[in-house]
Amino acid sequence: MANTDALLEFVEKLKSENASWVTDVKDALGEVTVIVPGESINAVCEYLKTAQGFDLLADICGADRGPEEDPRFEVNYHLFSTKHFNRLRLKVLLSEDKPNVRTVTNVWNTANWHERETYDLFGVIFDGHPDLRRILLPSDFDGHALRKDYPLRGYEPYSMN
Amino acid sequence: MSTVLDKLPGTVDVLDQSLESEMTLSMGPQHPSTHGVLRLDLRLDGELVVRAIPDIGYLHTGMEKLFEYKKYQQGIVITDRMDYLNPLGNNLVYVMAAEKLLQIEIPERAQIIRVLFCELQRIASHMVWLGTHALDLGAMSMIFYCFRQREKIMNLIEAASGGRMTPSYFRIGGLMMDLPAGFERRCKQFLDDFTEALDTFDTLVTGNTIWQSRTKGVGIISAEDAIDWGLTGPCLRGSGVNIDVRRTNPYCGYETYDFEVPVETDGDVWSRFKVRMRELVESQKICRQALERLTPGPIKADAPKVVLPDRDDMRKHMDSLIHHFLIVAEGFNIPEGEVYMPIEASKGELGVYMKSNGTSKPDRVHFRGPSFINLSALPAMSEGEMIADVVAIIGSLDIVLGEIDR
Amino acid sequence: MGLENTLFESLPDIVTVNLDALINWSRKSSLWPATFGLACCAIEMMNTAASSRNDLARFGAETFRASPRQSDVMIVSGRVSRKMAPVLRRVYDQMPEPKWVISMGACATSGGVFDNYAIVQGVDKIVPVDIYIPGCPPRPEMLVHAIMMLQDKIMKESVKDRRDTFEPESRVSMVPGTLPVTEGTALEKETEIEVSQNQVSRPYTIPSRHERRKSS
Repeated sequence: MANTDALLEFVEKLKSENASWVTDVKDALGEVTVIVPGESINAVCEYLKTAQGFDLLADICGADRGPEEDPRFEVNYHLFSTKHFNRLRLKVLLSEDKPNVRTVTNVWNTANWHERETYDLFGVIFDGHPDLRRILLPSDFDGHALRKDYPLRGYEPYSMN
Repeated sequence: MSTVLDKLPGTVDVLDQSLESEMTLSMGPQHPSTHGVLRLDLRLDGELVVRAIPDIGYLHTGMEKLFEYKKYQQGIVITDRMDYLNPLGNNLVYVMAAEKLLQIEIPERAQIIRVLFCELQRIASHMVWLGTHALDLGAMSMIFYCFRQREKIMNLIEAASGGRMTPSYFRIGGLMMDLPAGFERRCKQFLDDFTEALDTFDTLVTGNTIWQSRTKGVGIISAEDAIDWGLTGPCLRGSGVNIDVRRTNPYCGYETYDFEVPVETDGDVWSRFKVRMRELVESQKICRQALERLTPGPIKADAPKVVLPDRDDMRKHMDSLIHHFLIVAEGFNIPEGEVYMPIEASKGELGVYMKSNGTSKPDRVHFRGPSFINLSALPAMSEGEMIADVVAIIGSLDIVLGEIDR
Repeated sequence: MGLENTLFESLPDIVTVNLDALINWSRKSSLWPATFGLACCAIEMMNTAASSRNDLARFGAETFRASPRQSDVMIVSGRVSRKMAPVLRRVYDQMPEPKWVISMGACATSGGVFDNYAIVQGVDKIVPVDIYIPGCPPRPEMLVHAIMMLQDKIMKESVKDRRDTFEPESRVSMVPGTLPVTEGTALEKETEIEVSQNQVSRPYTIPSRHERRKSS
């Protein structure tokens, strides 16, 4: 698989900047995932963008581990650098009773729609987001569709009356 | 506007207030120029756009949820319908993500054919872009020429896979079937015709003064803003940033092909148009190189638990029959892991985040659609422009609602 | 059309038969579709209309009108999501009579590949459909065949059939997927023959000329 040494160096720099930022590191299949505590995600992203050159946020992706797991929700941030072409993944773990995490729209403007989509489909609330409302599902939709306990076919078929 | 009003005594206050009231125009989901079911909420001051708020979700299909209920190989069929102008690109990214999780090697011939079809698909997607962009701006004859070329490409894809727009040609571990006899000759014929057709396009559109004045200086976005808004693909390269996933994170052997990545610096609709026109030239160069490299060989990886055996083999040998049955009926298990796989689709960086949990169905599949992100930058590009320019900007972003709404 | 209906009901049959032929011929030869392209099928529809190989204009569908107020046929091509369904109904209501609906593709006909929370399982839950086209996406030739079938269907109509009932009445009396048939007209007699020959309980479609030639 691809060489992950360059990425692990970035993780070392993160740890040396502030040790509490890195809870865990996973290195598999040529990709490095850093698990970050929810309170410090904004600071981590700010540092990685300004000091380490990760200036393009490729994707924010939510995932639901299942209603029995705790923490239930994951939010993955995929970072890309236009200067040294490296890709890094940051992961935040959230529990079901407090699915709140600070927004990163002040770091990258593109996080706006990504976070709206994660809120819409999972119910993860991004504190400080300028415009947190549904984006893909109808605005009067009940529930969050991509959660594991939401049925595939929904609750009732569509009829005009 | 205020200079005119200053000259009319006594009427400044009243007229100022009436002009400052905005009109809300809903460029609704059923509209010929929005390239699909997009609703734009435009707040207008006369013809000037003060705010542009995109409203999407009119084509939301719940595909990401559907993937979690289907086996890995069944999901390939659904990926065709996401970005429906680039179905082979969607197939490729899904299949490559599963192959990365399984860590299997793809044979040489399959890689070359994958590159060939990806580039043909890029040409086909740009044909629709060019035809509809020109149609919106009034050059109505372009769509006929573009769809003529696209028809030829769809015939080639249909010859190989059986489907014009929903081919599902790639499989986890290789391809569905080998190329039919005579395919290389027909493909070469098409590439020769296409090179001549490119001159026709230049004559019709690129040199046209009306086209240039409608597209130059419209919808400008700077390089820093483009990166901040997450733009990728021709939208980013039109602003001067030389990023192409085929160069930064190569896949399928792209590092061995000889092609240029076109970059323009102005950041307006004209630059994005020039980038895509030059991409057409580069794509057909790559296609020719791929055709020259084709040598006979296997098209499926050597992984009997994942890849379906040849039908001949299946009819004669018992273990092939058992493998075939198990793969089709139960599917194959992919060990736990997560992967983010980006490719350079015709619209930008198409990425898939696939998370597996050891069963035959994925745990989470998320597609990073480039049109979704490119559309989020529309307000930044179009506020301050006229309403007719908004049509040009939407055309230059090259959005496909299937990918945005998934 | 109210005055014409009452007028034609009082005329002898021989006049209305010739009038039927003339009016139906003119309607079928200039069917103007409303652009309602939603997803992948829309690209195949563009291929049919805007490509010189399969050219829809030679059947009379000369232009695709963007405004529903100026169109005759609504070709629903693509998957209809729940957010889009009220928009679809509103565009259908904005079309003036006489109007027809073609449901193109598997997703518009029955939900297609997508049996989930987000897609309406068949557009005939929202608007009454005249022709269904299977396929994912259907080939352009299939769309051309569907337009020709619709033209056959139009030729069988009569000016005495009421299509302009009041709004609430039309929604209640129209069972999606079937035709409104007036009593005592030529259309009712034909459908009675079909019902008795095929032993179907309710007229669902009127088979076209080449369908009736089937031996079974």
